[in-house]
Amino acid sequence: MSLEFSADAQKKIAALCERYPSKQPVVMAALHLAQKEHGYLSDDALRLVARTLGLPYAHVYGVATFYTMYRRQPGGKQTIRMCTNISCMLRDGYAVLAELEKRLGLKRGESNAEFTLVEEECIAACANAPCAVVGTRYFLDMTVAEVPKIIEEIRRKPTPEGEVV
Amino acid sequence: MPAEIGTKVVTTRFGNENAKTLAGYEATGGYGTLRKALAMRPEDITAEVKASNLRGRGGAGFATGVKWGFVPKDAKAVHLVCNADESEPGTCKDRELIYWDPHLLIEGMICSAHALRAVHNYIYIRGEMMREYAVLQRAVDEAYQRGYLGKNILGTGIECHLTVHRGAGAYICGEETALLNSLEGERGQPRLKPPFPAVKGAFGNPTIVNNVETLMNVPAILDKGGAWFNDLGMGRSGGTRMLCVSGHVKKPGVFELPMGITFTQIIHDVCGGVPDGRKVKAVIPGGVSMPPLDADELDVPCEFDALQTDERIKPVMVRPGQQFDLGGGRPLRTMAGSGGIVVLDDTTDIPRAVWRIMKFFAHESCGQCTPCREGTGWLEKVSRRVAEGRGKPDDVDLLASIAHGIAGNTICALGDAAAWPMLGFLTKYRADFEAKIAGAKRGAA
Ligand SMILES: Cc1cc2nc3c(=O)[nH]c(=O)nc-3n(C[C@H](O)[C@H](O)[C@H](O)COP(=O)(O)O)c2cc1C
Ligand code: SF4
Ligand code: FES
Repeated sequence: MSLEFSADAQKKIAALCERYPSKQPVVMAALHLAQKEHGYLSDDALRLVARTLGLPYAHVYGVATFYTMYRRQPGGKQTIRMCTNISCMLRDGYAVLAELEKRLGLKRGESNAEFTLVEEECIAACANAPCAVVGTRYFLDMTVAEVPKIIEEIRRKPTPEGEVV
Repeated sequence: MPAEIGTKVVTTRFGNENAKTLAGYEATGGYGTLRKALAMRPEDITAEVKASNLRGRGGAGFATGVKWGFVPKDAKAVHLVCNADESEPGTCKDRELIYWDPHLLIEGMICSAHALRAVHNYIYIRGEMMREYAVLQRAVDEAYQRGYLGKNILGTGIECHLTVHRGAGAYICGEETALLNSLEGERGQPRLKPPFPAVKGAFGNPTIVNNVETLMNVPAILDKGGAWFNDLGMGRSGGTRMLCVSGHVKKPGVFELPMGITFTQIIHDVCGGVPDGRKVKAVIPGGVSMPPLDADELDVPCEFDALQTDERIKPVMVRPGQQFDLGGGRPLRTMAGSGGIVVLDDTTDIPRAVWRIMKFFAHESCGQCTPCREGTGWLEKVSRRVAEGRGKPDDVDLLASIAHGIAGNTICALGDAAAWPMLGFLTKYRADFEAKIAGAKRGAA
C-alpha cells in the first residue's frame, strides 16, 4: 500500500529542506513524522520517506534501524521510558520498573494497544531518580507505591510522543 | 573574585517560568549583550572568550576560545553546532538549562556564531527530550519573529540562522563526529579524526561543536569581560560549573557551583550528606565514563586540571603494580567530564553498579570498531556473572585485560569511556569483586 504524508507534514518537511544544503538531513525529522502519522515505520513508511526526499530506500532503512526511538513494529499509543541507569538503579529504579511491568501486564520492551514500556538508558533527570519520561512529561522521584497512581495519570492525560514532532 | 556558593552565571532565571518567553527574557535584560556583540569585531569576541578561560562543559574541558581559533581564516562557510544530546549517565544539567532559559542559549549561539562568521547553525537536541524540544523550538521561532535571527539580524547586515535538529535515541550521537553524521542524515557513527570538525565538519565545512552550558556562558563573558569570568574560576578554568548530584545524598539536585568546590563540600554542605548515617564508598566525578574517587579522595576540587593531576587521587592501574598509561607514561587519575556526580554509599554492591555501567556501554557501542563492539559486550557479560554471584576466579584479571585491550584502540572515546571506569573500579574496589567471586565459589562447592 502506498502511504502519504498529511498536508501539514508535507509543509513541515518542505520548510526543513530549506534549512540544510541538501534534503538528506531531513530524513530524521521525516522519519519522526512518518512514525507519528502511520504509527510505526513499516517498509511502506520508509518508502514514503525515501520518495519524499529523493533518497535511496537502503539509506532510509539504514537510518531508521540505527536509532532506538524509531520503531519498525506497531506500538502503544503512549511510550513509557523508565530509566534504570546508575542513578536510578541506586534509588530502586529496577523495583519501580518491575512494578510497572506487573501493573501494565507488559514486560520491558513489549507493547499493547495502549502502552509501550521501555527500559531506558539515562534520561537526564538523574537528580530526581528514579524517573521516567512519557512524551513531554516526566515522572520524577518515583516510588513503587506510587506506580498505580502514575499509570492512572498517564491514562487520564495522555502525552503521546508524536505530539511534539 | 572567585565564585562563592550562590554565584550565578547561567542559572539566574531558574525557577522563573516567565523567562522562557521572549518578553520575559527581555524583561530580565535578555538580548542586551547581543547588540553589543554584533557591534564587536568577530576576532575581538574570540579574544575575550580566550581571556575568559572558558573550557568546554561537554566532557573534554577543551579551551573554547582556542578551539574557535582552529577554524581556517579563509573558510567560505562555517557552522556552529550546539551539542544538546546530553545522555552521559549521571548528567542532567543541559536539559534543565534549556528548559529554564532557552533564549540564553540562543543569545549565546548568535554571539558565538558572529565570532565564527557562521551563518547556518544548528542545535542537535536529544530525541527523548520532547518537553525541552518544544520549549526550545518556540523560543527559536520567537527570536526569528523579533529579528534576532534571520537574513539581516537587527538591521546589522549579519545573517544568522538556527535550526533545531532532533535526534532519535543514540548515546553515541553526543560524540561530536557521530553528531555531525546524524545532523547530515546518516547513521550516527563517529568519524576518524583528523580531520577535526573545526577544519572539516558538517557538510564538509569547518564546524565548531560546543556544549549547551559552554555556549550559555558566552553572553556573560561579553557583558562583563573575560577577565571577570576568569577570576570567578580557579587555575586555568574560568567561571562556575553546573554540577548534577545524584545517588546516595539527602538532597540531590542540579547546582551551579564554584569551580574550586571540593567533593566533600558538595556532598555535605550542598547536598546534606549521605542518608541514614551511612558513609560514602565511591563517587563518580563526571558521568559514568570517568574513574571513581574513593572516600579518601574527596577533598580534591571539582576542577578540570585538579581531577587529572592532583596527586591525592590514586592512579588507575591495569593490575597491581602496573599503572595505566595515558601516553608518554602519564597516569590516569580521573577527569571532570560532564559534571555528573554520582554518590555511592557503603551499602552499594559495587560489582552490580559496575555491571549496570558496562551494560550501558555495550548497548551504546556503535559497532564500528572490533575492540569496542566485542570488548564492551564481554565486559557486560563477565561483570554480570560476577554481580550475579557466578564469577570465576580469574574474572578480575579477565575484566582488566579486556578493558586494557579496548583503551586507546578505537575510533572514538566511547571505548575509553567503558574501559576507564572498569579499570578505575577494579583499582579501588578490587576486594569487593574478589569477595563476590569467593562467595560464588563457596556457593558452588
Ligand atoms: C561517547 C561520547 C559521548 C559524548 N556525549 C556528549 C554529550 O551528550 N553532550 C556534550 O556536550 N558532549 C558530549 N561529548 C563530548 C563531545 O564529543 C564534544 O567534545 C563536546 O560536545 C564539545 O563541546 P565543548 O567543547 O563545549 O565541551 C561526548 C563524547 C563522547 C566520546
Ligand atoms: S569506539 Fe565504539 S562507539 Fe566509538 S566508533 Fe568505535 S565502535 Fe563506535
Ligand atoms: S540515571 Fe536515570 S535519569 Fe540519569
